[in-house]
Amino acid sequence: MIEKSATQMAAALQSGELTSVELTKAHLARIDEVDDKVKAFLHVDKEGALKQAENVDARRKAGEKLSPLAGVPLALKDVMVQKGIPTTCGSKMLEGWRPPYDSTVVARLKSAGIIILGKTNMDEFAMGSSTENSACFPTHNPWDLTRIPGGSGGGSSAALAAFEAPLAIGTDTGGSIRQPAAVTGTVGVKPTYGGVSRYGLVAFSSSLDQAGPCARNVLDAAYLHEVIGGYDPLDSTSINAPLPPLVQAAKNASVTGMKIGVIKELQGEGYQAGVLKRFNEGLEELAKLGAEIVEVSCPNFEYALAAYYLIAPSECSSNLARFDAMRYGIRTGEGSAEEVMNATRELGFGKEVKRRIILGTYALSSGYYDAYYGSAQKVRTLISRDFEQAFTKADVLVSPTAPTTAFKIGEKSNDPIAMYLNDIATIPTNLAGVCGISIPSGLAEEDGLPAGFQIMAGAMKDDLLYQVGAALEAALLSKWGAPILSGAPKLGAK
Amino acid sequence: MSLTYEKLIDKYEPVLGLEVHVELGTKSKMFCGCSTVFGAEPNTQTCPVCLGLPGALPVVNAKAIEYTIAIGLALNCSIAPFSRFARKNYFYPDMPKNFQTSQYDEPICFGGYLDVKVDTDEGVKEFRIEIERVHMEEDTGKSLHMGGATGRIHGADYSLLDYNRAGIPLVEIVTKPVAGTGKYAPEVARAYVSELRDILRSLGVSDVKMEQGSLRCDANVSLRLIGAEKLGTRSETKNVNSLRSVERAVRSEMLRHAALLEKGERVIQETRHFHEDTGDTTPGRSKEQAEDYRYFPEPDLVPVAPAKDWIEKIRATLPEKPSARRTRLQESWQVPDKEMAAMINADVLDQVEQTVNLGADPTRARSWWLGEIARIANERELPASSLPITPNDVAEVVALIGKGELTDKLARQVVEGVINGEGRPREIIEKRGIKVVSDDSALMAAIVNSIKAQPEVAEKVRGGHIPAAGALIGAVMKETKGQADAAKVRELLLKHLGQA
Amino acid sequence: MSKITRADVANLARLARIEMTEDELDHLSSELSVILDAVARVQEVAGKDVPPTSHPLPMTNVFREDENRPSLTPDEALSGAPAKEEQRFKVPKILGEE
Ligand SMILES: [Mg+2]
Ligand SMILES: [Zn+2]
Repeated sequence: MIEKSATQMAAALQSGELTSVELTKAHLARIDEVDDKVKAFLHVDKEGALKQAENVDARRKAGEKLSPLAGVPLALKDVMVQKGIPTTCGSKMLEGWRPPYDSTVVARLKSAGIIILGKTNMDEFAMGSSTENSACFPTHNPWDLTRIPGGSGGGSSAALAAFEAPLAIGTDTGGSIRQPAAVTGTVGVKPTYGGVSRYGLVAFSSSLDQAGPCARNVLDAAYLHEVIGGYDPLDSTSINAPLPPLVQAAKNASVTGMKIGVIKELQGEGYQAGVLKRFNEGLEELAKLGAEIVEVSCPNFEYALAAYYLIAPSECSSNLARFDAMRYGIRTGEGSAEEVMNATRELGFGKEVKRRIILGTYALSSGYYDAYYGSAQKVRTLISRDFEQAFTKADVLVSPTAPTTAFKIGEKSNDPIAMYLNDIATIPTNLAGVCGISIPSGLAEEDGLPAGFQIMAGAMKDDLLYQVGAALEAALLSKWGAPILSGAPKLGAK
Repeated sequence: MSLTYEKLIDKYEPVLGLEVHVELGTKSKMFCGCSTVFGAEPNTQTCPVCLGLPGALPVVNAKAIEYTIAIGLALNCSIAPFSRFARKNYFYPDMPKNFQTSQYDEPICFGGYLDVKVDTDEGVKEFRIEIERVHMEEDTGKSLHMGGATGRIHGADYSLLDYNRAGIPLVEIVTKPVAGTGKYAPEVARAYVSELRDILRSLGVSDVKMEQGSLRCDANVSLRLIGAEKLGTRSETKNVNSLRSVERAVRSEMLRHAALLEKGERVIQETRHFHEDTGDTTPGRSKEQAEDYRYFPEPDLVPVAPAKDWIEKIRATLPEKPSARRTRLQESWQVPDKEMAAMINADVLDQVEQTVNLGADPTRARSWWLGEIARIANERELPASSLPITPNDVAEVVALIGKGELTDKLARQVVEGVINGEGRPREIIEKRGIKVVSDDSALMAAIVNSIKAQPEVAEKVRGGHIPAAGALIGAVMKETKGQADAAKVRELLLKHLGQA
Repeated sequence: MSKITRADVANLARLARIEMTEDELDHLSSELSVILDAVARVQEVAGKDVPPTSHPLPMTNVFREDENRPSLTPDEALSGAPAKEEQRFKVPKILGEE
């Protein structure tokens, strides 16, 4: 049962074949079985999950009309606050903190009857591409436990790939949903900026952060997206318009007559051969399905990484200032408030977080603002213009999601720039606020590890991601004969 | 060698810069729905947003924007078609996010002015204060400093923080450098804050209580040699919390700067604190290095671009300007400048106007508010407006005098009773048994007694020396314990002595 | 080549309220120099004629009505406090302005 899709689980719940308590218990048992190897979870809320499941079962028994995913379990990235449940963002700083409120995403999950199993591991404050920056422990890729599961949302992607949960929530500031999806053979969506409320999402970089659905297939992601998405008056940057019909788009799954734009700048040098090969096969499939493949150029994308590594650190230097040992979180040190702040921030933040705070502090400081932060914002304009141009030539744009498959744990931890290159293909979407999805494109020949196919669409055109994604997914599935994850090692077999 | 104020003025020109922070009187805070009511139990008016909890996000209070635009319009400012919030980054425990959501290079209102009047040696003179900008920001929490001897920050062992005030909408009104006021700089500073307060009150956007901190003034002062172009180094005196203190702080800083300059020393650019008790300022904690606030556009908020018709709607509902109102009242009451200034100074214009509106004669209404009531207010070191006497009470007292039911002297007792909380005028008259002796026979008996006691005075009056009657009237008033109408006594007495 | 000195990093760490060891200062100053070199590329295309984008969506005027919403209880508000007293957050002595 746990290897089924969320949609199939939901159908079994609806038909009475299965109860949510049974389903939740099965997942909790799976977590017990494999999570000491995968290390996807920071906190498992057994009691709370079972209580929610009982509640959903009771409501269903009473004949209540429930939302489509009611009773299906989910893993929540630890950057999203949930009332009363430890929320650490993978940082020592927030050890022991239990938020007194629910994020909008959590409130919507709860009201849809989705069972929150627990909080998943992540790079500290979502800064990283490998989940090695978690203050607690690294998460392991279920395909190869010596490898990273991507990041920052490696806990969520690993939980999906290890069948610990059929659904998960991630957040994507520069690729933190899509890159982990790519390297674990799962599906991840970064919605249009403003499409999913950020209220209760612990901010890393406010103008880039976006929460989104993670799943093992496109349709499941669409259902989850419809639960969490849509206008929220508590988030000033939330778009006050209805979501496009996503589930319908995933079911429609047709690309006939569509123009698919291949971004010239997002391939070639730096991309692993096996990753490119699977990407090109995906293009062929799309062409076979009746899409027209065109090449588009986005000349300013080569500056995206640089702009991102100025904007995100700048915003984070300000967002993370509130962690000061005065109102919540850990406190250490002696003397004045200032000395205690200094000591606590030294102890509480990890290396990467400090590196970015210092970099951002520099980029915003007087005398450097125009050269760094100001210039980065201009690049942002140029990247948006590139997208606008490209979208006049194609309905959606495509690229490999990440340049490589999962690398070894520890392999890049001492080379920040090499690490930053992981997000080279995902960052432009965040800078422009448009949307993107990663779906599995197959296993790279050289290492047998999953690679990702990224589809990007314009703002509020998230439905196109699902339409094209589902079409490609179906074509690849029939080619492979089975879901990609069926080829992953069976972790449970001890 | 320090200079006297007069000498200082001969040599230096003071240049002022005034920054006024006003807490807006909205129901909810700037970015969240928490209440703004003053004086609640600590940390009962806080939420994830105003506590800066991880994940919480701000949403702008529309009323706060409307109030800010109203303030800008009342100060003759332009309203920016596009403005943004920015983060001002610095660490301070009373500021939950360790950045203040404020505005930087794109304020909502800019480029206005305010004319203020000051009484000078050459009569009442008008000074124009140019307004640089009016922008929005949020207030901080409040700290209690514990341990140590003074309850002050220095020497405290630890602090206790209450975030009820954190996130209350603040408007900051910043002047351009104010030059050309010469020796009247302290008075101009005071008149500016006072005029601003009147405008804010008339707009209904704030309760402008300086003593509760809902209006706070920072005064920048610098001196330059007369004729010099370049501005001198300024000091910034923070949180000067009464009109009188504004005037005193500016004067004290002028004298301090002059003394330094005369000694050949430099004025240091720094923050200073004003002390009500001594009337002088002391330096704040000197920072080894300058703060760098690293302003950048607040990514959690979107720009404010007020529609023209919204601005015009706000403009259309602006109340009469306090200065125009004063002119109108002065004309209708026929009051000389000095008396008008006295009413403004005592801050009783509203009270007098309401008393007149309730039917009292303007002269009488004024003389009560500026006389007996002002005297008691002065004694108690309170503003007249905060005494428990209302325009209603005063109008009633004036009416009772008119009807002959009270004498001036009795009325003073009644007014004092009202102020002491004994009740409304009627109740006091009843309780105290206050009654004007108007019974002719009772008065006549007293008059006869007075003549008996001072026959030689009576003779003088009979002889036509009318002023001598005063002594006899005084005796009658004394006998009737002040409950007689002196005019009536006089009339009866003169008639009795054949002088009517 | 951007040169971030040790003293620069120390000043940034002071602004950011992070106490840093000598080792960290050394390490970060060399690392930041490399990173800044890489990101300084943004200046190549950031011409005067290009307007900055601070926000991906061109939205304006998002307001809420001036209405009260329930606050947290003081217990909830103080639930994460490292120390508290008299229903207030207890913090070490503040060196600063009065
Ligand atoms: Mg300010
Ligand atoms: Zn609040």
